[in-house]
Amino acid sequence: MDFLPTLWFILIAVLWTGYLFLEGFDLGVGMLMKTFARDEKERRLLLNTVGPVWDGNEVWLITAGGATFAAFPFWYASLFSALYIPLVFVLLALIFRAVAFEYRGKIHRDSWRRAWDWAIAVGSFVAAFGIGAMLALTTTGLPLNENGDRVGGPFAWFTWYAVLGGLALVGFCLIQAAAFLALKTDGDVRHRARRLVSRWLPVCLLPLAGWVIAVALMNGKWFSWVLIAVAVLAAVVGWLANGKGREGTSFLALGTFLILGSSAIFSAAFPVVLPSTLNPVWNLTVTNASSSAYTLRLMTIVAAVGVPLVLAYQAWTYWIFRKRISVAHLPEPHDFEPAVGPDTHSTPRNADVKA
Amino acid sequence: MEALDIARWQFGIVTVYHFLMVPLTIGLGLLVAILQTSWHRTGREEYLRATKFWGKLFLINFIMGVATGIVQEFQFGMAWSEYSRFVGDVFGAPLAMESLLAFFVESTFLGLWIFGWKKLPAKIHLACLWVAVSGSIVSAYFILVANSWMQHPVGVQLVDGYPQMVDAWAVFTNNTALVAFFHTMTGALAVAGGFLLGISWYHLWRRRRDGIDTVDAMGRVVVGESKTIPGRDKTDHSVWIKSLRFGAVVAMIAFAGSAVSGDMSGKLMFEQQPMKMAAAEAACHDGTSFSILSVGDLSSKDCSKVVAVMEIPGLLSFLAHNDFTTDIKGVNTLVPEYQAKYGSTLPDNPLYGDRAGQAINYVPVMAVTYWGFRMMIGFGALAAMASGLALWIARKGTVPQAKWLMRLALVGILAPFGANAAGWIFTELGRQPFVVAPNPSVSGVDQVFMFTAAAVSPGVSAGELIFSLVALGAVYAVLLVVEVVLLTKYIRGGVASAMPELGHFDDTGEGGGGDHTGGKDSEDVLAFAY
Ligand code: HDD
Ligand code: HEM
Ligand code: HEM
Repeated sequence: MDFLPTLWFILIAVLWTGYLFLEGFDLGVGMLMKTFARDEKERRLLLNTVGPVWDGNEVWLITAGGATFAAFPFWYASLFSALYIPLVFVLLALIFRAVAFEYRGKIHRDSWRRAWDWAIAVGSFVAAFGIGAMLALTTTGLPLNENGDRVGGPFAWFTWYAVLGGLALVGFCLIQAAAFLALKTDGDVRHRARRLVSRWLPVCLLPLAGWVIAVALMNGKWFSWVLIAVAVLAAVVGWLANGKGREGTSFLALGTFLILGSSAIFSAAFPVVLPSTLNPVWNLTVTNASSSAYTLRLMTIVAAVGVPLVLAYQAWTYWIFRKRISVAHLPEPHDFEPAVGPDTHSTPRNADVKA
Repeated sequence: MEALDIARWQFGIVTVYHFLMVPLTIGLGLLVAILQTSWHRTGREEYLRATKFWGKLFLINFIMGVATGIVQEFQFGMAWSEYSRFVGDVFGAPLAMESLLAFFVESTFLGLWIFGWKKLPAKIHLACLWVAVSGSIVSAYFILVANSWMQHPVGVQLVDGYPQMVDAWAVFTNNTALVAFFHTMTGALAVAGGFLLGISWYHLWRRRRDGIDTVDAMGRVVVGESKTIPGRDKTDHSVWIKSLRFGAVVAMIAFAGSAVSGDMSGKLMFEQQPMKMAAAEAACHDGTSFSILSVGDLSSKDCSKVVAVMEIPGLLSFLAHNDFTTDIKGVNTLVPEYQAKYGSTLPDNPLYGDRAGQAINYVPVMAVTYWGFRMMIGFGALAAMASGLALWIARKGTVPQAKWLMRLALVGILAPFGANAAGWIFTELGRQPFVVAPNPSVSGVDQVFMFTAAAVSPGVSAGELIFSLVALGAVYAVLLVVEVVLLTKYIRGGVASAMPELGHFDDTGEGGGGDHTGGKDSEDVLAFAY
C-alpha cells in the first residue's frame, strides 16, 4: 500500500470529520431558527451562539474540497461533476445562509427578518442534506464509466443511500445543535434544548447509524464493527449525560459518536474512494486517483504546519466566547437614524446650527 | 448552445462577480486596519468613527465575497472535471493551501474582530484585524499562483500526458504570478481608495447641503454642528475630510503602482503569450506602433478588416522591450507559427466529442482584448486623475455645493471596479483557445497546454449547465441588488449607522431603542453583533 496516498486519505477523512463536527451544530442551529426559537429574541440568541464561529467552521468544507482537489484530483473531478445538480443546490443553500447571517439584522423590519430566517433555516437544511447525500454516495458508489464520468443522466446518482445520507446528517446536526444550545445558553432555551435532546436523540441518530452499518455490511473489516460498537456507546453516554444535566459531557459524547461513526465509514470504504456501480474495475482508489508523490509530499509538509495552527487558533476562539448567553443579555433591536437632513430644497436646516 | 459555451459563460459570470467583491475586501480591509491603528496610536475620536463606519461597509461586502467564493472552489470539479483531472497535480496545491493557510485565518480572526470589540483587549482586537487582512492578501497570492500557472505553466514535467509538479519553487515563484499579485493588489487599493473618496465626498456635500458647514470669504470651511441630525458634530467633519484625503492619495498611489506592475506584466506577456498581446493591440502586421484607435471588424477571424486609425510609433516596441525599434509580431505572423506547433484542427480524441477535427482559431476575440485592455487602463487613469482633482478641490476643507460634482464622485466609485473587471476579462479571454496556455517563445514551456474545448466535464449535460447558470445568475442578480441597497442605507446613515449611540441626544432624552450597550452584563459576555 502506498504510504502517501493512504496518509492523504486519512487526512481528508479528518477534514470531513472536522467539518461535520464543527459545522454540524451551526447547521443545526440554523435549522432550529424556524422550529425551535419562539420569538425574535430567541432567534437572535441562536444566531449569536454561532455568530463568531460559523464562517471558520465553513472553511473546513472548503478545505476538504481543496485538499481533495490537490491530493486526489480524479476523485474531486468525478464526484463533483457526477453530483452536479445536488451540488448546485448545496451552493445556493450555502450562499443564502451566509448572506442571511450577516444581513438579517441590518434592516429593522419584520418582513425582512422573516425572509432571512427562512433563508437560514432552509439553507441549513438543504446544505446538510446535500452534503450528507454526497458523502454517502462517495462510499456507496455512482454510475461512472471508465473515464470516471457519470452516465445515465442528471439524476443517475439518485438512490436510497443518498436519502439515507442526507437524513443522517440532518438528524445529527439537529441533535448536536440542541446539545450545543444547552451548553451555550441559559434560561428557558437551555432547558428546552435539553428536553429536545432527551426526546429526539434516538430518532435523530438512527439514520446515521444505519448508514454506518450499511457501509460496514458492504465492505467492512472487523474493526469497523468495533468502532460502531464504541460509537453507539458514546451516543448512549451522551443521552444519559444530557438527562443528568451534564451538558458538556453530552456535547462531547455526541461529537465522539460522529468521529467514530465517520472513522468506521471511511475505514470501511478504504482503499476505494469512489466506487463505480457499473464496473468495479472503474473504481477510483487511493492509488489510481491520487496526485504524484512529489505533490503529496509538499502538501504533507503544508498540512503538518497548517492543521495544528488552525486547531490552535480555532480552539482559542471557542475559549474567548465560552460564556453562556441568554435572552436577558440581548439588547433591544433598534434602527439607527440616518445622518442626513430632510430632502427638501426650500429650507436648509441651519436653524439649529452653531458654528 | 452547447455545454462548452454555457460552461464558459457561467465561469466568466460567476468569477467576474466574485471579483466585484474581492478587490473591495482586500483594499478596504487594509485601509480599515490602518484607520484602527491610527485610532490606537492617537486615541482620536475621528479615527474610531472612521474605523467603525468603513468597517461596517467592509463587512457588508465581505460576506458576499465569502458566499460567492465557495462557488469558485466547487465549480472546477463540477463543470470542468476534465480540466481538474489534467491540472490537479499542480493546480490543486495552491488552492488547498489557500484554504488552509489563508481562509481559515481570514474567517476566524474576522469573527474575533466583529464580536470582540469590547471583549478583547484593544491591542489584541486590533491585531485580529491585521491578521484577518493578511489572510486576504495571502489568499490572493495563492489563487494568483494557481491562475498564473495557467498562463505560464512552469515547474512541471509531462508524465503520461499529464503535467506533474517537479519544482514547487518554480510554481510558487512563477514570475507571472508575482507580477500579477503586485498588479492585483494595486488594483484592489485603487478600488478602496475610490470608495473612500466618493462616499466621503457625499457626506461633506451633505453637511453643506444641510447647512452645517459653511465657507468663509476665502473659501475656507467653517465647520458647524447640528443638534438634530444624528452624529453631525465637528468630529464628523474630520472623519470625512480625512477619509477623503486618505482615499484620494491611496487611489493615486495605487494607479502609479498598477502602471508599473502592468508594464512588467505586459513585458512578460509579450514573451509568454505573444498572441494575446497582438490581439490586445489588434496588431495584424509586425510593427512597433501602439494603437490609439483601431476600427473595423475586430471580431473577424483574420485581420483583413482591421484598420488602425491612430498610432504612436515605437510605443508598442517600448512596452515589450524598452526600445523603440524592435518589431513586434502581429497576428498574421503568429497564426502560422501556432498552427505549426499546436496543430490546425482539434485532435481526434473522445474528449472533444463533436468538436474533434474542428479547425482551431488561435486569435482571441479581438474586440474584447483590444477594448478590455484600453478600458482597464482608461478607467484606472480616469480614477487617478479624478482623485488628484478632488484633493485640489477639497484643499480648503470641504467640497462645493454643486450636486453634479457629488454625483460624479459617487459614480466614479465604479471606475476602478470596471478597470478590474476589464483586466480579468482581457487576461482570461486573451488566453483562448487555451485554458492552459503554452508559451511558444523563449521560456521553453511550450508542450504543456490544454485547449478549453477539452476542459469541460464530459458527463455534465447542457441542460444541467443551463439550470445552474440560470439559478446562480438569478440569485446573484438579486443579491447584488440587496447588497447595493444595504450599502446605500448604511452610507446614507453616516457614522451613526455603525455607532447608533451617536443618534441619541441627551437634551431631548430621546432614548429610541433603549439600552444599546446591551446592559451591564454584556461586557462580560460578548458584543452582540447579530
Ligand atoms: C486576488 C484575489 C482573489 C481571486 C483572483 C479569487 N479570490 Fe476568492 N477570495 C478572495 C480573493 C480572491 C478574498 C479576498 O480572500 C475573499 C473575498 C472575501 C473573502 O472572504 O475572501 C475570497 C473568498 C473566497 C472563498 C470563501 C472563503 C471563506 O469562506 O472565507 C473561496 C472558497 C474562494 N474565494 C475561492 C476562490 C477561487 C477558487 C478562485 C478562482 C477561480 C477565487 N477565489 C478568485
Ligand atoms: C477573479 C478574477 C478572475 C476573473 C474575473 C476571471 C475571468 C474569467 C473569464 C471572463 C473567463 C471566461 C473566458 C471565456 O469565456 O472564454 C474565465 C475563464 C476561466 N478562468 Fe478565469 N478569471 C479570474 C480568475 C481566475 C482564477 C484565479 C482562475 C484559476 C484559479 C481562473 C481559471 C479560469 C478557468 C478554469 C476558466 C474556464 C476556461 C475558459 O473558459 O477559459 N480564473 N475567467
Ligand atoms: C497603465 C496601467 C496598466 C497597465 C499597463 C496594465 C497592464 C496589464 C496587463 C499587461 C495585464 C495582462 C496580464 C496577463 O494577461 O498576463 C493586466 C491584467 C490586469 N489588470 Fe492591468 N494594467 C494597468 C492598469 C490597471 C488598473 C488601473 C487596474 C485596476 C484598477 C488593473 C487591473 C488588472 C487586473 C485585475 C488584471 C488581471 C490580473 C492579472 O493578470 O494581473 N490594471 N494589466
